[in-house]
Amino acid sequence: MATVEVTFTPLPAHVRTARLVATAVARRSGVDEALLDEVRLAVGEACSRAVEAHRRHCPAEPVRIEMTDQGERFVVVVSDHAPAASATAPASAAAADGTTGDSVGDGSAEVAREPDPGTAIPAGFGLAVISGLADDVRVSSTSSGVSVRMSWPSSATAD
Amino acid sequence: MDLKLGHYNKDGIEVVDVEGEIDVYTAPRLRELLIDLVNKNNYQLVVNMEKVEFLDSTGLGVLVGGLKRVRAHDGSLDLVCTQERILKIFRITGLTKVFGIHETVDQAIAAKKSEK
Repeated sequence: MATVEVTFTPLPAHVRTARLVATAVARRSGVDEALLDEVRLAVGEACSRAVEAHRRHCPAEPVRIEMTDQGERFVVVVSDHAPAASATAPASAAAADGTTGDSVGDGSAEVAREPDPGTAIPAGFGLAVISGLADDVRVSSTSSGVSVRMSWPSSATAD
Repeated sequence: MDLKLGHYNKDGIEVVDVEGEIDVYTAPRLRELLIDLVNKNNYQLVVNMEKVEFLDSTGLGVLVGGLKRVRAHDGSLDLVCTQERILKIFRITGLTKVFGIHETVDQAIAAKKSEK
């Protein structure tokens, strides 16, 4: 069982690096080429969520990614140290749009209060995207933080 | 690659060309451009995503935010995208029902004109 671990300062610029590393390790682990886009997007979503949570609660703490080739599965665990409540906060989707307080603003707080399925990004959107991408997703919330575990078939089972 | 943005007006419709990766780092730049265009009274927007290599939920949030802004002025925001890997994220989030998605800029403009 080979493991690659990456820790990074919770800055948005580093999320791209995390995506690239995860994609490279997945390829090395034998994940099918057709699934690599899913790995890249899902890991990016998990890291974006963790970065947003850290920036709100503990900006000095690094975000941690653990990538493990378990033979038949390629497993990625993205862990943060933010309070568990942030697991369902918007994964920066609406927050990225920033403005709050104006009539058409769609900051995360507003979206959380007044979800509008037609035009707003609901809370937990990033996790929902991950669920749509990885066939195996587990979100664990503890007092020390939230971890998102995702896995994909690797060389032993991939056709 | 980083994000490259450009825009031009065609037949009264503002077309935004996006190239590169739209993620938590780069999405604020797209947001600022869309806000700037709306503030300059451009309420009919087409976002050309044919050269977008990566889009995550942050980027989706910016596009939805742009849509909200133009709708507040009875405008619309349509997309141009034929890349399966980008379309997939719109499908799994159900946003294909929210945005008009076209194969070419000309088709998007024609669709907007027919709505008027």
